[in-house]
Amino acid sequence: MNMELSRRQFIKSASVGIAGTTLGALGFGDIEEAYASSIRPWKLANLTETRNTCTYCSVACGIIMYSKGDLRKGEKADLIYVEGDPDHPTNRGTLCPKGAGLHDMVHAKTRTLYPQIRKPGSDKFERVSWDAALDRIARLIKDDRDKNFIAKNADGVTVNRWITTGFLAASATTNETAWCTYKVVRAMGMLAFDNQARV
Amino acid sequence: MTNSWTDIKNTDLVVIMGGNAAEAHPCGFKWVTEAKANRGAKLIVVDPRFTRSAAVADYYAPIRQGTDIAFLLGVINYCMNNDKVQWEYVKAFTNAPYVVKEGFTYEDGLFTGYDPVRRDYNRSSWDYELGEDGYVKSDIDHPRSVWSLLKKHVALYTPEMVERICGTPKDKFLKVAQMISECSTPTKTMTSMYALGWTQHSKGSQNIRAMAMLQLILGNIGVRGGGMNALRGHSNIQGLTDIGLMSNLIPGYLTLPTEKETTFDVYMSTRGFKPLRPDQMSYWQNYKKFFVSFQKAMFGAAATSENNFAYDYLPKLDVPAYDVLRIFELMHEGKVNGYFCQGFNPLLSFPNRKKITSALSKLKFLVVMDPLQTETARFWQNHGDFNDVNSASIQTEVIELPTTCFAEDEGSLTNSGRWLQWHWPGATPPGEAQQDAWIMGQIFQRVKALYQKEGGAYADPILNLDWRYKDPTEPTAVELAKELNGYVVEDVRDPNDPTKLVLEKGKQVVSFAALRDDGTTACGCWIYSGCYNEAGNNMARRDTSDPDDTGIYPKWSWSWPVNRRILYNRASADINGNSWDDTRKLLWWDGAKWTGYDVPDIAPTAKPDVVGPYIMNPEGTARLFVRGMMRDGPFPVHYEPFEAPVANVIAPKIRGNPVARVFLADMEQFGDAKDFPYAATSYRVTEHFHFWTKHSQVNASLQPQFFVEIGEELAKEKNIEPGSWVRVWSKRGSVKAKAVVTKRIQPLICDGKKVHIVGIPLHWGFMGETKKGFGPNSLTPYVGDANIETPEFKAFLVDIEPSTEPVA
Repeated sequence: MNMELSRRQFIKSASVGIAGTTLGALGFGDIEEAYASSIRPWKLANLTETRNTCTYCSVACGIIMYSKGDLRKGEKADLIYVEGDPDHPTNRGTLCPKGAGLHDMVHAKTRTLYPQIRKPGSDKFERVSWDAALDRIARLIKDDRDKNFIAKNADGVTVNRWITTGFLAASATTNETAWCTYKVVRAMGMLAFDNQARV
Repeated sequence: MTNSWTDIKNTDLVVIMGGNAAEAHPCGFKWVTEAKANRGAKLIVVDPRFTRSAAVADYYAPIRQGTDIAFLLGVINYCMNNDKVQWEYVKAFTNAPYVVKEGFTYEDGLFTGYDPVRRDYNRSSWDYELGEDGYVKSDIDHPRSVWSLLKKHVALYTPEMVERICGTPKDKFLKVAQMISECSTPTKTMTSMYALGWTQHSKGSQNIRAMAMLQLILGNIGVRGGGMNALRGHSNIQGLTDIGLMSNLIPGYLTLPTEKETTFDVYMSTRGFKPLRPDQMSYWQNYKKFFVSFQKAMFGAAATSENNFAYDYLPKLDVPAYDVLRIFELMHEGKVNGYFCQGFNPLLSFPNRKKITSALSKLKFLVVMDPLQTETARFWQNHGDFNDVNSASIQTEVIELPTTCFAEDEGSLTNSGRWLQWHWPGATPPGEAQQDAWIMGQIFQRVKALYQKEGGAYADPILNLDWRYKDPTEPTAVELAKELNGYVVEDVRDPNDPTKLVLEKGKQVVSFAALRDDGTTACGCWIYSGCYNEAGNNMARRDTSDPDDTGIYPKWSWSWPVNRRILYNRASADINGNSWDDTRKLLWWDGAKWTGYDVPDIAPTAKPDVVGPYIMNPEGTARLFVRGMMRDGPFPVHYEPFEAPVANVIAPKIRGNPVARVFLADMEQFGDAKDFPYAATSYRVTEHFHFWTKHSQVNASLQPQFFVEIGEELAKEKNIEPGSWVRVWSKRGSVKAKAVVTKRIQPLICDGKKVHIVGIPLHWGFMGETKKGFGPNSLTPYVGDANIETPEFKAFLVDIEPSTEPVA
């Protein structure tokens, strides 16, 4: 008997009634349980558990992320598996078809990895360093702000606004990131400020 | 949400209208299943499509998209005519008895004061009549009482009229109205679960108001199993709204000054919120405490009483708001140079994609921060039919910055039910991806350094922004959360006993009740005050206890405001403070104070027969008549979408919402039913989340390809085979899709005319793991809600024909 029998193959076999006959007779009736119990200690012993929240809709299901490596010990952590948090009052361990795919989103081939710049008229991105990208952005901000900042309106009223550059914020970032973003954007005098709540 | 996901189990009737919780919010929807299984609750679904929510409903009624107000005012009319009103609640807790000013009228779809040139109202007559004592006159039998006016206003919306406008067969409408009206008894509650199916209309705000009014008439606000429950779309869209990352907001729903508010005193003079009825709390009277504490959190020592707490540091608005429609219009006019997209994909998310592409092409620079490679960051890249642009002609400099995603960062997210839940990172960011707070810190430090070195335009707010983080280039989540909670800037002593320290410098404030208007406290967002106080990080709490299984979970995470789980919860008890329903007690008066399962939404010792439950309103009551606070009317009115298959039956000359802002060129881009005969709508499918999950292999495999959904009759009429290619176009653009021919969409008869509906899901683009595709926003009109400018994505006109496969 092939001991590599997968869970899927097993279920398929069971569904045509073999489990109760041939496999059962051969002592494979407990194979599913044995399979599960062979995974569980491995999952708990070798992976780090982290509590998180599903990134999609605002039901905000609790999730448990299992990673190889522990960030808290300064290790590199690779996300292996995500499941619903059974302790969470709202989702009680369940996830929907979106949440069940979280692992693949984290490991998407189309994650952004490096700062890139596309020059005017170009048909491609070019990789740049963080320093180069951030310095460039700071320069673009300052030049536009200095040139177009409106200190007083036509009536001479102090208005201190800058409307030639805008900022669209993200509603999957944390409240803390939102506050940090708010501080920077408003301190510069930007008014063209919005987020997904609008759409 | 006024209530929480877990509270839905307490309801007797769920109405899903303007949403599709079973598919878009599946794990929240199971609380509907819980209520059905354990309480015998019923589920009503009203939707143009027979959705998966409808599939498990006890009763389904079809409706044409964009006609919800006619339906809901029809239900209100039914309740009023059949005496299905929670009278005690309506008389004590709403403004139904208040008398409205003489001169207020409504005729042919318009209220008093309309100016067709400005597309705006003079709203001065939309208000109460005040007595000599300065308080609102109250007499429910008065011909100009809110109740009398409402009765007159909704009389038009008979079951026959509802059928004519909405296409909902009269018998189906009556069945829904009858089921809803049963919840007018104090011991039966209904919950409203809605989402973007209500907001994404040129009268979206009034859709929601109409249901809120119905819920008040039934006495269903502030009670367990009741409420107005907005099922918000993104994991922290509630948080970003609360913290006010919008053109005209300051955190906690304070508002940015306009240029007419030339001084701090003028600004404060319109925010006094003097009570309109005797003895009311009118909680916004504390506005100055929240505003000054916010300014202290922003500008620290630079905000002093001498400089009006740095009032001049804040930019002043010259228009109501620079919302996204306005800013992309300005961009399109060539008046915007730079734009930042932090985790947002406007090329696919905003209406009229052709205009968006053209607008982005006029920018000098675009910065995109995102964990995923978005279409927006590549708007200049040619992808054949899917993004047909000439790269060489686009002069925009584009900078793409890689960010972390949820698995790699720490902090709190606010869910629909206002729970702030803390999460921890469990994965190393890929490549060189960085956290958004790091990026913002880096940008800020570099800009600040440039100003220090070179000087430049009004640098004071930049140089004085309070930025005392341990590592200024990387504020931590804990440091930022503590600022949101608020802290004591200077010792505060008891004025009667100076030896007694009331507030100690450097400590976290316990809640917003401790905030002060003299600069001695700082607080980033007053409604979040209490989230991270001296007791620690309350958002990280994980105690699952729930006394008496109320569904409150008072010690799980932390809920704003002050850990309150159900807003307006004082209204769960009658005028004497006794619970309306002893099986669903929430808060009650014990003779000396309020007590119960939740944190009272009222002063703990406020007498029940004196202080009203709607403490944020100067009236102390909830508003059936909203005075001049909404641009398009104190009551909702049925207006057709700007692109409608039929004329407005009640006011044939009015196109769309008469006060919705429309830019000139966009007005010319509205199509008419003679050229575009089919009523289109957009929506999500359960396997996908916006434009993110198309990057996830498993989700891309589940729903790999863009499609549109049409009914069998239309397919036959147009010779469209199931699974074949079709072209769908509006006056603004054209898409190609696979046709799904379905029984889920049926034609409706509206004003005698057969209306076919075309469903267009929104998840495809030209990046990610799915097949390349389009979305509805190549077609959608460029117009927003009259009050808050949410685009009208849910109702527009298209034509359709058999076609061929697009070329990549």
